Amino acid sequence: MASVSMTVNGREVSGDVEGRTLLSSFLRDDLRLTGTHVGCDTSQCGACVVHVNGAAVKACTMFAVEADGAEVATIEGEANADGSLSVIQQAFQDHHGLQCGFCTPGMVMSAAALLKENPTPTEAEIREYLEGNICRCTGYHNIVKAIMAASGQDVAAIAAE
Amino acid sequence: MPKDSGIGASPKRREDVRFLTGAGKYTDDINIYGQTYVHFLRADVAHATINSIDTSAAAAMPGVVQIFTGADFEAVGGIPCGWQVTDRFGEPMQEPRHPVIAHGTIRHVGEIVAAVVGETLAQARDAAEAIVLDLTEKPAVVDMKAAAADGSTKVHDDLTSNICYDWGFVEENRDAVDQAIKDAAHVTTLELVNNRLVANPMEPRVAVGEYSRSDDMHTLHTTSQNPHVIRLLMGAFVLGIPEHKLRVVAPDVGGGFGTKIFHYAEEAFCTFAAKAVNRPVKWTSTRSEAFMSDAHGRDHVTKIELAMDADNNFTAVRTETYANMGAYLSTFASSVPTWLHGTLMAGNYKTPLIYVNVKAMFTNTVPVDAYRGAGRPEATFQLERVIDKAARERGVDPIALRRQNFVTEFPYATPVAVEYDTGDYEATMAKLEEIADIGGFAARRAESEKNGKLRGLGVNCYIEACGIAPSNLVGQLGARAGLYDAATVRVNATGSISVMVGAHSHGQGHETSFPQVISEMIGIPEDQIDIVHGDTSKIPFGMGTYGSRSLAVCGSAMVRAAEKVINKAKKIAAHLLEASDADIELKDGQFSVAGTDKSVAWGDVTLAAYVPHNYPLEDIEPGLEETAFYDPANFTYPAGAYACEVEVDPDTGKVTIERFSAADDFGNVINPMIVSGQVHGGIAQGVGQALLENCAYDEDGQLISASYMDYAMPRADDLPFYSVDHSCQTPCTHNPLGVKGCGEAGAIGSPPSVVNAVIDALQSGGKNVTHIDMPMSPSRVWEAMNNA
Repeated sequence: MASVSMTVNGREVSGDVEGRTLLSSFLRDDLRLTGTHVGCDTSQCGACVVHVNGAAVKACTMFAVEADGAEVATIEGEANADGSLSVIQQAFQDHHGLQCGFCTPGMVMSAAALLKENPTPTEAEIREYLEGNICRCTGYHNIVKAIMAASGQDVAAIAAE
Repeated sequence: MPKDSGIGASPKRREDVRFLTGAGKYTDDINIYGQTYVHFLRADVAHATINSIDTSAAAAMPGVVQIFTGADFEAVGGIPCGWQVTDRFGEPMQEPRHPVIAHGTIRHVGEIVAAVVGETLAQARDAAEAIVLDLTEKPAVVDMKAAAADGSTKVHDDLTSNICYDWGFVEENRDAVDQAIKDAAHVTTLELVNNRLVANPMEPRVAVGEYSRSDDMHTLHTTSQNPHVIRLLMGAFVLGIPEHKLRVVAPDVGGGFGTKIFHYAEEAFCTFAAKAVNRPVKWTSTRSEAFMSDAHGRDHVTKIELAMDADNNFTAVRTETYANMGAYLSTFASSVPTWLHGTLMAGNYKTPLIYVNVKAMFTNTVPVDAYRGAGRPEATFQLERVIDKAARERGVDPIALRRQNFVTEFPYATPVAVEYDTGDYEATMAKLEEIADIGGFAARRAESEKNGKLRGLGVNCYIEACGIAPSNLVGQLGARAGLYDAATVRVNATGSISVMVGAHSHGQGHETSFPQVISEMIGIPEDQIDIVHGDTSKIPFGMGTYGSRSLAVCGSAMVRAAEKVINKAKKIAAHLLEASDADIELKDGQFSVAGTDKSVAWGDVTLAAYVPHNYPLEDIEPGLEETAFYDPANFTYPAGAYACEVEVDPDTGKVTIERFSAADDFGNVINPMIVSGQVHGGIAQGVGQALLENCAYDEDGQLISASYMDYAMPRADDLPFYSVDHSCQTPCTHNPLGVKGCGEAGAIGSPPSVVNAVIDALQSGGKNVTHIDMPMSPSRVWEAMNNA
């Protein structure tokens, strides 16, 4: 067992983990931050995307000990300080960018990382960036639309709700 | 001006807030004090005799609580099949025992051979590696036609063959159809494969079993679309637990698409083992386990013949299909290639004679069952593909050929035993031509050609049967359950309402759309109304969510229950207003006496029901809560027309979806935003089937697509923005909301247009390609082009 300490959503946390404990398990099982989801075993689906030191990371692909000392942000820390939805979260709700909600935390965290590096991405840039996030419900239409809307682009011309 | 609440409005989904903030409560988020973890040792060969299982070394490993094998489940029932199909000779289908844990024989890769319950998951996994299996491998039965041949190895030694049933429909029409095909001016024949798929909801399955010694109560938390169905199947048929001692909870469920309808061995195991070890037992599927234990979908091999007269009127359709059942019969497996497939073979057309033959085959593969559309995509695909091929053979426009043969008068009794109540196929086709800008296609093709690409346009129609289903009818057809649904409308003293519904919401947005209906009926704000679902201890009963049935069946039950509530509330209001019941009107949350200015508010009436100081106690009981069960009088028949435009790169065979348009008739629409979202997702799954997805076995029955590294899921950059429309509305005539269902349409309607578009593109480039099997990967397309 190894001791790890990190900052998660601005809060200092620590715990004892096995060397093989994944960051996703540490967040879900030890910290009970169950918003980070695990949808595959091969780092493909992106339901577990969190930010580690500001970069989007698949939490199932990083050992908890590797995040020792890091700043980690999860979906539970994404809302505004007053509890209201962030711009991206609100855009997902406004544009029906989620259905079952399972991929949603990873989608939102990926979208947040994208908009940080590219504040007004094109449709093609969004689709390419989301290559590592699989959604089985929405057909991506409203996810792409929501991210464009969150970046301040006019999406009124894009078909349907 | 669009409404902002009630029927026809698109309020934002209330469930989104918890999902967007990480506050969703999925089954894997449930952890119970003292819980153990199970790891299943699964077969890595397709077919073998189990000579012995030595668990002694594993049992001595650290953290092992108990190890179970098939012998521990000899005394419990097998996993049941919910539908008995009768074959064309009048005999019942062959129905093998489906054990919770393999006993004596392994019949597919992924079948559970042993289960290790441990203090931690890692300890259970480590111990499973120490289990010693002595197996004698047998030849695997994989190819369906080979499985049907005399002398084939049998998947089940105690059955007479690998044929589950040989079904003919309508058997009495067989000779007439043969004759019509002989007499036809033209017959178009097409042989095709409807590729095997895996539903792949993003949330893998999870089961947590609990047992309370204090009251002999079993609880199963599970990822299910229909908790009452699981309670019934597992309680009555597998474990012998009476229903009042078994609670099944399905909290937030991360997508289903059919694969979470079925009762699975892991659910029975966790429930059984929780009592045996007297601690909660949790199983969380890995994605690789999901690929080899979730029921698969589709997997039909079909020959279809379409006969026409000299004027291109359809005169007959004859099909022969091999449908894969896998190694065992999953819950609804037997109904999918029969009653959900043969009955839709008329499509949108007035073909007078139809004969469908289906041979359902046992193979050494994972069981196959319903996946989004279930039988209806298979029917639509073959029919809409053969019509496209016929149009090319006859040199006529494929849209014109369809139009010429449309059913135009309703109700319409098909020759395959169903009666379409309403529809307007011309209207959806005209709408499609508009939204897909079919008139502008030639210019877009010219532009693509300038860029060195081949462009194709593919169109198809579809019809489906939803709102499953009239119980007396399906009972005659072999269903072993009723297919009604139920709802309780509980009005609280202060006027807010909880509606307990049998339908389960796992992405469909019922928590938002169902209150819109109640709000419309009573005239109180939607935020005063909550939907409760997914827990057998909280809801009256329910057959669950599948077959696009939630609103058409459970929504109808909810309306009926609300009507009872309103009738009773009117009696209370009449008493308070000193008027006659018949004169009371309810509008915008106010009861008033017709023709007067006397009124009383909803909240005053509901308060009177629970504080009955001034109340007609001699006539009616206090309280305001009503339950209704609704059994539909017929199926509903959503229909529409879809168009796909593709570009094909002639150098690589890569297909790109450039445009996708869908014009649907779902009858009345409660929440247009949600309906569009359902269509979008269905289209993505249909395009996935057409271009990307394939569940593949090798000849030894080894599953070679068991992760997202090998099974190509559609991603954002595989798909365009879609154009969808559901303004053509012919309301269903037999349910109170006039709704038809929209959940499966996209997945049913989209694959043929993608294939039709690719064929169109290749033919425009001078390639004489008439068919490519799905998924149309670059290599398949390139090969077809270069062999043409």
